[in-house]
Amino acid sequence: MLYIVITFLWTSILLYLLMGGADYGAGIIELFTSRKNKEVTRKTLYSAIGPIWEANHMWLIIAIVILFVGFPVIYSTMSVNLHIPLTIMLLGIIARGTAFTFRHYDAVVDDMQHIYNTIFAISSFITPLFLGIIAGSAVSGRIDPQADTFLSAYIFSWLHWFAVTVGLFTVSICGFLASVYLIGEADNEHDRLRFAHKAQFFNIAAVICGMLVFTAAYFEKIPLLDWVFGNWVGRIAIVSATSTLIYMWYLLYQGKIRLLRPLAGFQVTMILLTTTYEHFPNIVILKDGGYLSLLEHSGQEKTIQALGLALLIGSVFILPALFYLIYSFQKKPFSYRESH
Amino acid sequence: MALSLGFHIIFSCIGMVMPFFMAVAHFYWLRTGQDVYKNVTKAWSQGVAIFFATGAVSGTVLSFELGLLWPGFMKHAGPIFGMPFSLEGTAFFIEAIALGFFLYGWDRFNKWFHWFTGVVVGVSGLASGILVVAANAWMNSPSGFDYVNGQYLNIDPIEAMFNDAWFTQALHMTIAAFVATGFAVAGVHAFMILKGQNVLFHTKSFTIAAFFGCAAAILQPLSGDLSAKDVAIRQPAKLAAMEAHFKTEKSASLIVGGIPDVKNKKVDYAIKLPGFLSFLAHGDFKSEVTGLDKIPAKNHPPVMITHFAFQMMVGSGMAMMLIAIIYFFSLWKQKRWLSSNWILKLFAIATPLGFIAVEAGWTVTEVGRQPWIIYNIMRTADAVTPMPGISYSFYLFSAIYISLAIIVIFMLYRQIKMVGKLYDKP
Repeated sequence: MLYIVITFLWTSILLYLLMGGADYGAGIIELFTSRKNKEVTRKTLYSAIGPIWEANHMWLIIAIVILFVGFPVIYSTMSVNLHIPLTIMLLGIIARGTAFTFRHYDAVVDDMQHIYNTIFAISSFITPLFLGIIAGSAVSGRIDPQADTFLSAYIFSWLHWFAVTVGLFTVSICGFLASVYLIGEADNEHDRLRFAHKAQFFNIAAVICGMLVFTAAYFEKIPLLDWVFGNWVGRIAIVSATSTLIYMWYLLYQGKIRLLRPLAGFQVTMILLTTTYEHFPNIVILKDGGYLSLLEHSGQEKTIQALGLALLIGSVFILPALFYLIYSFQKKPFSYRESH
Repeated sequence: MALSLGFHIIFSCIGMVMPFFMAVAHFYWLRTGQDVYKNVTKAWSQGVAIFFATGAVSGTVLSFELGLLWPGFMKHAGPIFGMPFSLEGTAFFIEAIALGFFLYGWDRFNKWFHWFTGVVVGVSGLASGILVVAANAWMNSPSGFDYVNGQYLNIDPIEAMFNDAWFTQALHMTIAAFVATGFAVAGVHAFMILKGQNVLFHTKSFTIAAFFGCAAAILQPLSGDLSAKDVAIRQPAKLAAMEAHFKTEKSASLIVGGIPDVKNKKVDYAIKLPGFLSFLAHGDFKSEVTGLDKIPAKNHPPVMITHFAFQMMVGSGMAMMLIAIIYFFSLWKQKRWLSSNWILKLFAIATPLGFIAVEAGWTVTEVGRQPWIIYNIMRTADAVTPMPGISYSFYLFSAIYISLAIIVIFMLYRQIKMVGKLYDKP
């Protein structure tokens, strides 16, 4: 049962990265779009993510609930030592969620729209940045439960180059996912081309940020190279991600867009796989070399049993409904377009 | 934390109950084909979307905040009372999916399927509300584990979920959500009718909301009585604080109003109803009710706050019950009263009463449990995060919630203002 729970945890983090990530990315794209194109971007974006955007963010809640029910020690260590980045991330989530809803449900359209848009775009950038920082610092070996000064316990646990570069890498992945997603949603050739350029831009950004991550890891003595290339799973994943990336660009220039989304999703899955595989089951690495392990620091057996059961029952209800939701809103009936 | 919960409780009450109002209006529209019902449904669904988004955001924040502010509590309590939370996650997820279908599904699906998704929003919202209250009930009535020498052994999360308090608390909270939302919505529409704007639209809305709110307001005292009897047995300290009942005695009197004088252990300026407290607590006018004197002073909850909050809750509850009785009487015998101004004014004045009662009731159950965070197991002071400067986090979160509340009110004001333009086609 413990493995089922861990699978759910990993899957919800992955789905959050994919769906929530594309969602954040949409805001990031808006931030990097020239003023005259902003309105079109916004419209495409809204029709694309509007119906499912609440659901996208549920994955984070699922992941956090699994952590605090099943792995309370890990949850409480992270929330004590990473208090500040978690708080900033939460601020981002609040600002973004409310701004997104309000700009579409405010009955009066006036200058407030401009404020909502600005808040939306900026918080779309901040939130994944800090998500990445949190993920990066969890494995960086800087978290020190025994630290005795404020700075070493609550600041340097997350403020270092490795975590920051992981944050930037996450941001560019989000932008990449969103632009690939929007290619399929664009109404005309012009917009499609624009989103393809965006995808290119974020792809290059991701590669650069990825290199920065490795550089930072090298200088801060984090054995990232060993984690990624030290085992067969990592090597295969990296090779397949890179080759599908090349294939994807080939398809895009051929104008074939059907396979783009699954390919982009696959690449991100591979990235998450390589970065988590080597140090599974340890998800937090402490300063003294100790680990917080999913296997050793789990809750008592009965809790895990009940949690696993709840997750299985929940997924019976959630998954079909979610697929139907995504399916229903993906195809656009002709009459619907006409009326708008 | 208390503040964020205090706000979250309002967002989620409305988010829980509004879908039902919406579904009723929607049902009438599908049945009668009158456009006004469609407009009511659409206008309300906008409100639901705003509240759901805010409720979802504040809920996400809360699930983190539990750990950020109370890591000591979550480390031990998480595995025990996590069951309702994991189920709540499921219910919430379903609600989000159903809401996606509902809000974006106009004219896209079979109309009854579309209506059904709206009902699912309500049902799953209600389920998640009940589950969260079950988790809170566990803090009042911890069960499902053995506490041996500071260790939490033999954890049974199912037993913890179905703790002794969950049913009475969940019932009381669910009905309260209907009362509060019903009165708040009815009040706003009553006010708009009085102003003479879009009268047909607001009258239809008012009728649906007032009916739900009033029916729930009449049921609520019954569930309140169940809760009181339950608290008397499980948490005598809380009951004693609610009633400012200092001395253990037989035929204890019920104290209405008054200012508790904690130092001299008496209540000034209160109306006393002899024997009634005994009756409420144990169903017998002569039975003995434990007072604060039987409880060690270090385990006393703050009497002043608990007593006032309790009075406030009961007071506004009674006022709403009276209004409800008048409303049903006029519905039954005096139809012409319904269109008269004074009854609308009554409702308009009662707009905030339900939420005052909800907040007061929440204060009673939380402050009345102090100094414990898990009743008789863990003290609140032992659960707070060790991080220095934590008060800044408290202030920050408080500021966020206050501004969220202000923005939501602002949004609703703009929604209501636009009713005329959006829905009044000549």
